[in-house]
Amino acid sequence: MTKRYSLLSLARQAISGHRGWMPAWRDATPRDRYDIVVIGGGGHGLATAYYLAKVFGEKSVAVLEKGWIGGGNAGRNTTIIRSNYLLPGNIPFYEHSLKLWEGLEQDLNYNAMVSQRGIINLFHSDEQRDAHERRGNAMRLHGVDAELLDADAVRKMAPFLDFDNARFPIFGGLRQKRAGTARHDAVVWGFARGASARGVDIIQNCEVTGMVRDASGRVVALDTTRGRIGAGKVGMAVAGNSSRVAALADLRLPIESHVLQAFVSEGLKPVIPGVITFGAGHFYISQSDKGGLVFGGDLDGYKSYAQRGNLPIVEDVCEEAMALMPMIGRARLLRSWGGIMDMTMDGSPIMDRTPVPGLYLNGGWCYGGFKATPASGWCFAHLLSRDEPHPVAASYRLDRFATGRLIDEKGSGPQPNLQ
Amino acid sequence: MIIDCPHCGSRDSGEFFMRGQAAGPRPEYADGQDAFAVYVYDRTNLAGMQREHWYHAAGCRSWLVVERDTRSHVVGSVAIAGKAVA
Ligand SMILES: Cc1cc2nc3c(=O)[nH]c(=O)nc-3n(C[C@H](O)[C@H](O)[C@H](O)COP(=O)(O)OP(=O)(O)OC[C@H]3O[C@@H](n4cnc5c(N)ncnc54)[C@H](O)[C@@H]3O)c2cc1C
Ligand SMILES: [Zn+2]
Repeated sequence: MTKRYSLLSLARQAISGHRGWMPAWRDATPRDRYDIVVIGGGGHGLATAYYLAKVFGEKSVAVLEKGWIGGGNAGRNTTIIRSNYLLPGNIPFYEHSLKLWEGLEQDLNYNAMVSQRGIINLFHSDEQRDAHERRGNAMRLHGVDAELLDADAVRKMAPFLDFDNARFPIFGGLRQKRAGTARHDAVVWGFARGASARGVDIIQNCEVTGMVRDASGRVVALDTTRGRIGAGKVGMAVAGNSSRVAALADLRLPIESHVLQAFVSEGLKPVIPGVITFGAGHFYISQSDKGGLVFGGDLDGYKSYAQRGNLPIVEDVCEEAMALMPMIGRARLLRSWGGIMDMTMDGSPIMDRTPVPGLYLNGGWCYGGFKATPASGWCFAHLLSRDEPHPVAASYRLDRFATGRLIDEKGSGPQPNLQ
Repeated sequence: MIIDCPHCGSRDSGEFFMRGQAAGPRPEYADGQDAFAVYVYDRTNLAGMQREHWYHAAGCRSWLVVERDTRSHVVGSVAIAGKAVA
């Protein structure tokens, strides 16, 4: 049914004036019941459905999306992919994800514009260098690439940075060469196409409004804006709305929703090599293939369900940009927007069963879930299909907060607006 | 967003720091570890009007209980934390 994309198909379409392209995936209407229902048609929900069908052989799977697929954080993020983490619970998971990214386009037969252009995390003091060296060593011990650069090496790659800034001189950077960016929308569409071709129903404009439970408390169906849909198992992958959907089953989660903003400049000639992060504040930047400088910074500082940001953060991000690379003052800002982050109390995600039988949670991705998309889908599919956690995601337990097995990369404690 | 501080009057939210939802009293030692885990980590995370603790850092340095709609950032009542009914 789904045609393979190739040079030949492109040539054929070119000759016939590109009038023969078919929709990449099927916009389905809901059936009465599915073995597995995934709530949320973002990257994670669609990747979950894809791997459920492809790797775990599930035949009856649906994805329910309240709006249109990719309209949430999947379509709002700054597209950075990397695996430069410090802690044992995180490194293997994110490295699994980066490896999946490396083969994703071949696997999906879809151009997701994965570009391993590298990331440099700058440091600005001896202490920060030690911390970065430690992180680099942790990565290398896990078989992940990491390289410590001195100021001269960074200068060769990014001569435009303000190296001799009086307050934040650049001492060097930790580089992960295999990190980079990918085209966020294409990732959504590619997974949707792959899932749809394997029989997954992707149902849009279908908001889950209630959970129907039997006498034992098990979730057996979902009430939606398109009627009741029966479910053998239900997986939640709704990012910033995790608490709201979980509340439908009377669950309270260790999650708070916060808004994160992103910014893009007018299109410019290639100038930023890869991704650069400022170590003296919270600012990071890359350049899209279209030429726009894509950058962002801190959360707005208070809980929010409004998918728009405040002006103090716009000012703060622009100030940090100027401190790091004064030349950016010449560029014009084109757009800014916000997305709702599911911030956990230790900054790491949750992928686990819930106390409600039949209900599974994939959430708490904070501002780092885009890079996780393939592995999150793979591991959540494993959990849903086999009812046991995938080894690389086994630390992302829901009960780790009560047992003290937190995975707090930054050490900022249960205070999401400080993470 | 403007917050009406009972001490300082109408001030820009940038002068304040939000700690989180005003979540009722801290458990007692006798309530046990689970009660503390719930208190420290679990959040209702409402979409709507909620009561929150804000600190007027660049003003009178008082802790306030602010009512705020988390969807629209409309601010409702503001009270000094010690005096607000928990
Ligand atoms: C500004 C910004 C920058 C970011 N930058 C990066 C980055 O550079 N690198 C990185 O790794 N991560 C980044 N992230 C984080 C990343 O975007 C998210 O962690 C990730 O996209 C979350 O997973 P998702 O794609 O499944 O979420 P979403 O796309 O948000 O999917 C969740 C879906 O659930 C749907 N939904 C919600 N409630 C219901 C309901 N009741 N019924 C049915 N459907 C429902 C929503 O409509 C939504 O489509 C960024 C995020 C933002 C906002
Ligand atoms: Zn005051």
